[in-house]
Amino acid sequence: MAKVKGDIIIDIEKCKGCELCIEACPQGSLETSRKVNNKGYLYIVKVEDTCTGCTNCALVCPEGGITVYRKTEKGKEQIAKISNVTKDMELKVN
Amino acid sequence: MSMNERDLLEDKHFEQVISDESICTKENIVYEKPETLLDVSMHYCPGCGHGVAHRILAEVIDELGIQQEVIGVAPVGCSVLAYNYLNIDMSEAAHGRASAVATGIKRVLPEKYVFSYQGDGDLAAIGTGETIHTCNRGENILIIFINNGIYGMTGGQMAPTTLPGMKSTTSPFGRDVATMGAPLKITELLAQLPGTYYVTRQSVHKPLNVRKAKKAIQKGFEYQKLNKGTCFVEIVSNCPSNWKMTPVESNKWLDENMLPFYPLGDIKVPKD
Ligand SMILES: Cc1ncc(C[n+]2csc(CCOP(=O)(O)OP(=O)(O)O)c2C)c(N)n1
Ligand code: SF4
Ligand code: SF4
Ligand code: SF4
Ligand SMILES: [Mg+2]
Repeated sequence: MAKVKGDIIIDIEKCKGCELCIEACPQGSLETSRKVNNKGYLYIVKVEDTCTGCTNCALVCPEGGITVYRKTEKGKEQIAKISNVTKDMELKVN
Repeated sequence: MSMNERDLLEDKHFEQVISDESICTKENIVYEKPETLLDVSMHYCPGCGHGVAHRILAEVIDELGIQQEVIGVAPVGCSVLAYNYLNIDMSEAAHGRASAVATGIKRVLPEKYVFSYQGDGDLAAIGTGETIHTCNRGENILIIFINNGIYGMTGGQMAPTTLPGMKSTTSPFGRDVATMGAPLKITELLAQLPGTYYVTRQSVHKPLNVRKAKKAIQKGFEYQKLNKGTCFVEIVSNCPSNWKMTPVESNKWLDENMLPFYPLGDIKVPKD
């Protein structure tokens, strides 16, 4: 299996420092900053380069503030959108 | 990491600096905020499940491509401003009456996808009558029920769904079942009614649960086209502010206390 490399961008002005993403990250990539954003919250920063792009942090973020990127080491193979559950629903609607 | 390096890292996040070698390019996106969720900051407390519920609802609307065909009804409760965050047609309803308003909208515009989004105080206390009769009539709507076991908006009063022994501002010594009654499992009750077609209980406190809850909302919308009855999706959620916990603690508490009482899973699934 090709090694996957992930990255995230956190919209730190939306972040309220709830730390649910830290709790959800299996790689321990995230930490709370020591600085505050404009709303006065301690936002989250990615401190370790261990992210696999698993999307866990984005799934639990109540602010919708995390964008996740993923790339396999073998070239630019497109990975299906993980969040897309429509595909495996087979219900027929008219 | 030295203090200096850490400072630089935090500044980098602030300025959203993306280096040339970064994989953060459009074609590598595997997850981004759904379009239907407006690019604004929500008023919810840090870590509140309402935000996650809004987001997965918006994702489903995007993925089904029904942004123009969906009409939502917002409740009274913390999610009273849901229409400020969802880029779809929405209406407000008086406290507890969201399912009645949704009934009216669906009957006038049967080709639209209609849903109500309600808290436990709204749906299971003041709106019990509307909820039961809407489900009993089998209105072809989707009801999304956010059960955080408390009146969040008004400062943490006891709700019908508050757990036995759980402290709230109106049950400061914990809910005493002998005098205050047992928590109302309204979802199980509604599943008994012939009018409901799909009834399920989900949560949004862990990544896997978020995915399952999203799938349930999606089914709720898809079944609406079959005209077979009311779809009801309960989402067991948290209220860190009124539970007086940090968001992480509240999700742990939810897992250990709410879920044994409100077990997750489908309660009524379509037979065919
Ligand atoms: C007719 C009426 N009665 C009472 C209220 C006060 N009130 C506002 S929100 C609310 C309860 C909200 O609790 P819930 O539905 O659980 O929503 P949450 O905030 O927990 O998401 C109450 C009692 C009101 N606005 N209108
Ligand atoms: S995508 Fe996964 S590995 Fe990367 S920061 Fe988020 S939770 Fe951690
Ligand atoms: S889950 Fe979202 S809002 Fe909460 S700390 Fe992480 S990025 Fe910030
Ligand atoms: S009071 Fe509770 S339900 Fe309301 S926004 Fe805050 S955490 Fe969420
Ligand atoms: Mg509530």
